[in-house]
Amino acid sequence: MPLITVSGLSLGYDSNAIVKDLNFTVNEGDYLCVVGENGSGKTTLMKTLLSLQEPLAGKITAGEGLKKNEIGYLPQQTDVQRDFPASVREIVLSGCQGRNGSRPFYSKKDKELAEENMRLLGIEGISGKCYRELSGGQQQRVLLARALCATRRILLLDEPAAGLDPVVTAEMYDLIRDLNKNGVTVIMVSHDMDAALKYASHILHIGDVIFFGTKDEYLNSDAGRWAAV
Amino acid sequence: MMTKLILYLQYPFVRYALIVGVLIALCSSLLGVTLVLKRFSYIGDGLSHVAFGAVAIASVLNLTNQMLIVLPVTVLCAILLLRTGSNAKIRGDAAIAMISVGALAFGYLLMNIFSTSSNLSGDICSTLFGSTSILTLTKTEVLLCIFLSIAVVIIFILFYNRIFAVTFDENFARAAGINAGLYNLMIAVITAVIIVLAMNLVGSLLISALVIFPALSAMRVFKSFRSVTICSAVLSVFCALAGIVLSILFATPVGSTIVAADAAAFAVCCLAGWIKS
Repeated sequence: MPLITVSGLSLGYDSNAIVKDLNFTVNEGDYLCVVGENGSGKTTLMKTLLSLQEPLAGKITAGEGLKKNEIGYLPQQTDVQRDFPASVREIVLSGCQGRNGSRPFYSKKDKELAEENMRLLGIEGISGKCYRELSGGQQQRVLLARALCATRRILLLDEPAAGLDPVVTAEMYDLIRDLNKNGVTVIMVSHDMDAALKYASHILHIGDVIFFGTKDEYLNSDAGRWAAV
Repeated sequence: MMTKLILYLQYPFVRYALIVGVLIALCSSLLGVTLVLKRFSYIGDGLSHVAFGAVAIASVLNLTNQMLIVLPVTVLCAILLLRTGSNAKIRGDAAIAMISVGALAFGYLLMNIFSTSSNLSGDICSTLFGSTSILTLTKTEVLLCIFLSIAVVIIFILFYNRIFAVTFDENFARAAGINAGLYNLMIAVITAVIIVLAMNLVGSLLISALVIFPALSAMRVFKSFRSVTICSAVLSVFCALAGIVLSILFATPVGSTIVAADAAAFAVCCLAGWIKS
């Protein structure tokens, strides 16, 4: 049974549908890339998957014991965060809150998990540093570590390479690939068609043409041939 | 000078003023960090004008306990203002500006038309700048203030981690299953309570200083959320104490002396932050 099954989903705001009748599934270990032009509904789809927004029609079902709030989320940076006084450790720890229920404070286990994820992403050396003084790539690693604190099963990444220079972008993509190889299911929303074709196992193209399938199927489809050019 | 201070401390009203001042400074600085980071620095100002309007209504109605009307009205406006931040027909800053000047004008209008007082401008001046009301606190008001302050501090400590998560990244928090709307509502209600309490101390025009100065000062020097929060609380309490004592010794207005102390602390922190970097 797939981790996430989306059937007959319509997305949009105030009953104006941007995307109609979307169907796809995400299986354990997949690397799904969601591509499409600006305004095609990528962000809306993501918000709906995270239950930040209600779908206009259709439904999203989670399988294999995945709970609704068990999706780790790497959002794009906001203005508020750019000058936020918070240490790396505080931010990574805050990812543990979803699993905490109504417990107000972090347990020892939460702290160990945060340490472990910081080590995994190579940021344990800067855990006491202030978030706003880090480079863009380091900030993304911090947010990724936070997402991993929320779950080890499935990550939803929103333009993980936005605003990074080419070298750091490549590092970021390699990092995500390694996580995926270690069994983390990845859904990535991206403009970056090259990266999508290089790393993804499955492609969801939304916009005027909707396509869902494996990468090879995509390259042989009408939507994909156009994109590859 | 010391003897003068000790002499004054023997009066209960001076002790009341010190207790209330410290508690209000503590509560407002705790919340200030979140409000500044959420880009709601001006909410203190807006709400205090609302509270001024409510005081006008209460005094026109000749209510003996003004709290009964001031607190609910301010809480209601706080909820409305913090909600408009998320779904924006009128953006947050415009909504605050609108409600704040509207309430100010409306309050003055009401007081002018219906007032029976012979010293209208004196009344209004003391509501706006809190000139002497902190020195005329009754025992009930002090007890109410102590009770509400303790409640605010306990709530803040219990929900500290949640407040951090919701302030830093509301979408992530909501995706992780935290009821961000509830916490925003809580922040709004607490803000309103603090504003109403603080009106006694510094008057409605100067409240935002108590909310934003300590937080901004602490952010100049410290780099983690926890140290900023603690530093902001310590600074705020210290400045309130210093301000009250100075105002007693030199017979200056309490509210503006406290705010001047806060501003001076900000200057010192700016300098410290600049040297540090």
